[in-house]
Amino acid sequence: MNWDAWLPLAIVASSLLPGLVIFFMREGSHGLRTVLNLTGAVLKLVLVGVMIWGVFHEHVYETRWTLAPGLDLVLHADTLSVLFVTLSTVLWLVTTVYAIGYLENAPHRSRFFGFFSLCVSATVGLALAGNMFTFVIFYELLTLATYPLVAHRGTPEAVRGARIYLAYTLGGGAVLLLGAVWLQVIAGPVTFVEGGILDRLPVEVHPQLRVIFLLMLIGLGVKAALVPLHGWLPQAMVAPAPVSALLHAVAVVKAGAFGIVRLVYDVYGVHFAGQLGLLAVLGTAAAITIIYGSVMALFQDNLKKRLAYSTVSQVSYIALGTAILGPLGTIGGVVHLVHQGVMKITMFFSAGNYAETLGIHKVSEMNGVGRRMPATTLAFSVAALGMIGIPPVAGFVSKWYLGLGAIEAGMAGWVMPVLIASSVLNAAYFLPILYRAWFRTAAPAWPAEHIAAGRFETSGSLLWPPVVTAMLALAAGLFAAAPYSPLEWAILIAQREYAL
Amino acid sequence: MLTAQLLYALTGCLIMALGLRTALLHASLLRRVVAINVMGTGVFMILLAIAYRGPELAPDPVPHALVLTGIVVAVSATALALALARRLNAEHADE
Amino acid sequence: MSDTLIWLVAIPLAGALTTLLLPRIADAVVMAAGLATAIAAGTLLYGVGTQGAMIYEIGGWSAGLGIALRADGLSALLLMMIALVMLPASVYSRTYFSKAAERARFWPLWLLLWTALNALLLSGDLFNLYVTLELLGLGAVALAALGGGRAAVEAALRYLLVGLLGSMMFLAGVSLIYAGYGTLDMTALARIVEPGPVAGTALAMMTAGLLLKSALFPLHFWLPPAHGSAPAPVSAVLSALVVKAAFYLVLRLWLEVFADAVTPAAANLLGVLGAGAVLWGSWRALRAERLKLLAAYSTVAQLGYLFLFFPLLQALPPGPARELAVGGLVLLALTHGFAKAGLFLAIGIVQHHSGHDTIRELDGTAQRLPATTFAMALGGVALIGLPPSGAFLGKWQLLAGAVATGQWLWAAVTLIGSLLAAAYIFRVLGHAFGHQAYPNRAVTVASEEWPALLLTTMAAVVLGLAGAPVWRLLENGL
Repeated sequence: MNWDAWLPLAIVASSLLPGLVIFFMREGSHGLRTVLNLTGAVLKLVLVGVMIWGVFHEHVYETRWTLAPGLDLVLHADTLSVLFVTLSTVLWLVTTVYAIGYLENAPHRSRFFGFFSLCVSATVGLALAGNMFTFVIFYELLTLATYPLVAHRGTPEAVRGARIYLAYTLGGGAVLLLGAVWLQVIAGPVTFVEGGILDRLPVEVHPQLRVIFLLMLIGLGVKAALVPLHGWLPQAMVAPAPVSALLHAVAVVKAGAFGIVRLVYDVYGVHFAGQLGLLAVLGTAAAITIIYGSVMALFQDNLKKRLAYSTVSQVSYIALGTAILGPLGTIGGVVHLVHQGVMKITMFFSAGNYAETLGIHKVSEMNGVGRRMPATTLAFSVAALGMIGIPPVAGFVSKWYLGLGAIEAGMAGWVMPVLIASSVLNAAYFLPILYRAWFRTAAPAWPAEHIAAGRFETSGSLLWPPVVTAMLALAAGLFAAAPYSPLEWAILIAQREYAL
Repeated sequence: MLTAQLLYALTGCLIMALGLRTALLHASLLRRVVAINVMGTGVFMILLAIAYRGPELAPDPVPHALVLTGIVVAVSATALALALARRLNAEHADE
Repeated sequence: MSDTLIWLVAIPLAGALTTLLLPRIADAVVMAAGLATAIAAGTLLYGVGTQGAMIYEIGGWSAGLGIALRADGLSALLLMMIALVMLPASVYSRTYFSKAAERARFWPLWLLLWTALNALLLSGDLFNLYVTLELLGLGAVALAALGGGRAAVEAALRYLLVGLLGSMMFLAGVSLIYAGYGTLDMTALARIVEPGPVAGTALAMMTAGLLLKSALFPLHFWLPPAHGSAPAPVSAVLSALVVKAAFYLVLRLWLEVFADAVTPAAANLLGVLGAGAVLWGSWRALRAERLKLLAAYSTVAQLGYLFLFFPLLQALPPGPARELAVGGLVLLALTHGFAKAGLFLAIGIVQHHSGHDTIRELDGTAQRLPATTFAMALGGVALIGLPPSGAFLGKWQLLAGAVATGQWLWAAVTLIGSLLAAAYIFRVLGHAFGHQAYPNRAVTVASEEWPALLLTTMAAVVLGLAGAPVWRLLENGL
């Protein structure tokens, strides 16, 4: 059996098939459902491990299926896809464990886990997409798979939030589709190749290429929450915590950012994009989003909303890194894909724990929570410090490279103030939370306390995920120089992109 | 030159147009059904005119076959229309 | 192998007569006839794929005087679609019409409709087309009137009169063609038709008649009422197959028989009407109060997409780009057939379960019937044109053609139409999320829900992933 052709498909199938089976399972069979979920997650992890090793050694893994003349569905593993696939797989495993605990005794679990698995399949497929056509397909599939998750609770607010989410993402999808079709009409099948393929086109089409870039940036920017296309993100907070965690750390937002990275590096090519003046546009949008998101986060009392705006801001670091011409900027942006994912998911897990165990939804209710739930709050603190950019947590590494890259590219004049300002703002809206949690005394009673069984502050499957991801965030920063670390992988990506 | 063939054809067109006009404009059900039949007759006349091949040759049998088939079809369709109209009347009467 | 052509007409016809004469074994006869017809359609598809277009001369009389049945890639694909829609719909109807007396009246008309559809697709000359078109119309009207009650009969009667009007105009056009060219055989005509007043007028009349029958805006007014009161399986075939057959005729006439006589202005006219259909139909679907009306207006809109292709095909020179577009058109038509049929079957289940199909009160039902809701979701995905449905590929080709020929208006209409479709589909699906307890079993009424699921899965997944052969098959024809 030719492994090289089957591996990408197998990675997608390892969550797709269990997901389809789970749809038809009875509500009551949690044991079997849990086994299916975890088996799929572990299997995916193993397959991804094989893929990492292979891509490092320059193996070619590609699955190709012709859907129509000139339109091939291609799943291809290169360095960038491996980065995103690994992030998705590891975080999916952790989120599955969390979700099992979070949704204990909740209704509609078969439906939830079914769509959950579909969501991850779509994300992984998107990561492995080898051409623009495939990317667009999985981009839309992701929208379809995540809608039922946002609407899951079934309350009027949930259905409304889901509808807003859909309006934004389908609108973005339509714009992206137009751009993709237009590009294919001009340039033929748009395969993702390191260094881009569009620089060989004649000069007459350059104006069209500019417009196409803008269209696709808008389409991708909806999911990546670029201002002013970010409106769906705070609304989507009605979803259960595991969904918010997945959406904001792994799946939807990252898919948009990942798409922007692909667009600049593997379709246009970073030098060509700079030539056309498109990097400036991207950089401006990113900078505006970074500042706007952080400012809005300052004014949110609802914890999840504050984290949502923080996501809006943080994901644009990736776009910013992409807009900085030069390998260091690229490294900073790409590695932040991983770092932000791990840190943000920790914070959402913690927020979910506070809501589930103590009924806390607002920052103002968090006084003294550090004493009551030390492990969760410690994890939250580590992640928050990373977001601000304090070493040795991973976030520092990303910001360091972004800064260096800006200096190298001669853009320090406006990038540095943005970086510094956003770090200050991050501190401004995270440090008070930490202060409240650790140093203030708690109110006499928590809003809605559930005493967990056992001697831990909350049930095991809610506790371990944030702890694990916080440790990962710390490790990514501490061991950034180790082989196979996210940073090393980002350096590898930059090397292949700039043909160093 | 106004030959007999042309005269028949034009008459057919006229009848067809009249039928069409009534079918589109009048609301009464029975009128509409009759109008469509008249329209059909107009088309058949056109076909008859087409069948003429001059004084020596026998007329072209193909349009004749078309007309016969067309008549059969028109009769069946009219029958269905009338049956439905009768049903509708019955429903009206019940109310 | 070319015998399959006559089997495709003879088997359902024989079945119709048998069920009429022997109602007690009707159920079994229908299943047998359906299966046999489906197998014949599959054989035909395989035959056309390997050998190219096929001809069967009835009675041995050669074309010109005799009636020839002809099948190429396009007709073979549509015949397969018809068979694959009618078969599950037949299974569904067995349960839907619970009383044997109802079934006894239904089956003969059902099989007669199937006969007419097959015969229409296999016709090789214009007059045979007229006859089968009439047969189709009569069958469809009779089925639509089966719903009983005043609204159904009124709608059926309106449908009949509109259909007759259309047929008469079609016949007038046919006569004109015979007068001008002396033959009715379509392949022969394709060679000799030239642009001019004769061809132009004939085409205009025939198209006008066919547009009435395919419910293109603004001649669509008869469709929603006919759907609103018809039984679910009837609505399914009406939207999915009958109007599609009329569209198929427009396609044949414009792309094959009258290909040289078509002007850009005429093609643009069809495009404008199609755009109107997309926008108006989607808007009305969004405002619909009942599921059946939503689906009916959705059909009006979806047919609009098909007509949007005409200005593109006119502007594209013959070559790979044009073939891509034609394939996209066919795939879009096929996907819609399956999706709409499945959707109507699912709506029928909802109606049976809760006694109504009002959208606003859908909450409990949607949650108590997960398989049905899932079928509606899949159908909806195909109607919106999201991947992995075949409609996505079709829309991609539509957009590509519009961009390539610089006709941006059609691209804009397509995207707006898709977003509107998303709006009305998700308006319905939003009701699937609520507070009712999840039933223990996903599938409630197997014999009704599985056909719906099967049809919508075909549209939403199979045609998208396995649609590449469509282009290859169409090379043997259009």
